Amino acid sequence: MNTSIHVTVNGVQYSHMVEPRLLLVNYLRDVLRLTGTHVGCDTSSCGACTIHLNGKATKCCTILAVQADGCEITTIEGLSHNGELHPLQEAFNECHGLQCGFCTPGMIMTAADLLQHNSQPSETDIRHALEGNFCRCTGYHNIVKSVQYAAEKISESAVAPAEVKA
Amino acid sequence: MIPAAFEYEKVTTVDEAIAALSNDDTKILAGGHSLIPAMKLRLSRPAKLVDIGGIAALKDLKEEDGEIVIGAAATHADIMYHNLIRTHLPFFTEGASMIGDVQVRNHGTIGGSLAHADPAADWPALVLAADATIEVRGSDGSRRIKATDFFTGLFTTRLGPNEIITAVRIPKPADGAKSTYQKFPQPASRFALVGCAVIRFADGSTNIAFTGVAENAFRDSGAEQALAGKPVNEEHITAAVNAALQNVDVLGDHYASIPYRTHLAKVFLRKALWAVK
Ligand SMILES: Cc1cc2nc3c(=O)[nH]c(=O)nc-3n(C[C@H](O)[C@H](O)[C@H](O)COP(=O)(O)OP(=O)(O)OC[C@H]3O[C@@H](n4cnc5c(N)ncnc54)[C@H](O)[C@@H]3O)c2cc1C
Ligand code: FES
Ligand code: FES
Repeated sequence: MNTSIHVTVNGVQYSHMVEPRLLLVNYLRDVLRLTGTHVGCDTSSCGACTIHLNGKATKCCTILAVQADGCEITTIEGLSHNGELHPLQEAFNECHGLQCGFCTPGMIMTAADLLQHNSQPSETDIRHALEGNFCRCTGYHNIVKSVQYAAEKISESAVAPAEVKA
Repeated sequence: MIPAAFEYEKVTTVDEAIAALSNDDTKILAGGHSLIPAMKLRLSRPAKLVDIGGIAALKDLKEEDGEIVIGAAATHADIMYHNLIRTHLPFFTEGASMIGDVQVRNHGTIGGSLAHADPAADWPALVLAADATIEVRGSDGSRRIKATDFFTGLFTTRLGPNEIITAVRIPKPADGAKSTYQKFPQPASRFALVGCAVIRFADGSTNIAFTGVAENAFRDSGAEQALAGKPVNEEHITAAVNAALQNVDVLGDHYASIPYRTHLAKVFLRKALWAVK
């Protein structure tokens, strides 16, 4: 029996009737056509499918769409604002944090979860936070640099408005 | 991979969950981070899932009558970041931070982990060492099961088919207790190849529990007795390590042979005892 769900994805409200067995990743990709969220392993290991569910990094290949009823979801498509890249997106570009790019949406969503809790993460903090995200190309080095670059950018922009006022 | 079709009901109270469980072949869905992977592989095909994610009361974490009470649906991350836990049960904070990865900790729950009773899960060793009691409720009312009686074998526990775990109750350790969780994670899944939880009390007693080593997590009474009333020093640590794992059927698999896992367990017990010295 299909079940109705109401979700807010990247600020837009949606209501759909879904089969209980529909995975959240398939709802996002196949129903909403938000294909920035990737499926790598389909076994909750690789992190390519990471999104934010009520602000928390979540592997949405391991969550049912019905479990997300009433929740706020952010996907990689929801990170930029008015055409301006999120500092993490800019950082991955600047620091060569991607090669094939398959893991990148998941990496960025997990890194965004980290930066919400820890605005000045150490290299160890970053590596620990990204444990659930696999990259088969970069060797992680530039991914860590990208997250450090974004953390600096975000803290600079937090300081900048105050300086302007003074 | 898509699970076989099932019916779905989201409940908001424990009573509703228990009523729903009276149907045949119905399973509780908590974080889903053990159940959904199993259903995707069709290792599990329940006819119906009862989602307890909406029962706010099961997420409580509080102090009550000298006990720390953790609601069954508290996530690993909820527990890891909670100040009461950090203050009174620092090895729970340490252990929770080693479960899987950020995404898994954001969804997996302590109740789900205990009910699932994976031989390599971390919570079983921690609740055993902490002398916890598991509070469960079914159509006949509530009962409490000591953690030391709860785990009965591979993925099996004393939980009845129509019962739900509601909370984990842990006696607050007296001042002066020291605790640790030492784990050797399987490098890909991060489940415990061996995990060793130890709490040393100011009165000279020590609780020692292992996970990942046998079909279910267990308290190691041989090692505990070797340390009872003795100072934790090189001599008595070695005695405890030598006394450990008596009459234990150590698991051997493609990750770790029996001799290797036995060796690892003893190394991690030694590390744990040095940490509470
Ligand atoms: C990639 C990955 C890595 C992981 N790494 C680790 C690790 O390092 N260490 C570790 O310990 N675990 C690990 N896990 C497992 C994880 O912690 C699970 O979340 C946990 O074991 C199950 O909790 P859950 O809330 O997700 O339960 P679910 O998957 O929802 O349920 C599991 C089982 O318990 C039953 N159940 C759930 N809640 C209750 C309840 N309140 N009362 C009665 N029955 C209940 C369900 O019916 C089901 O049979 C990992 C999982 C993944 C996907
Ligand atoms: S696709 Fe979800 S974790 Fe790999
Ligand atoms: S850039 Fe190719 S997998 Fe990470």
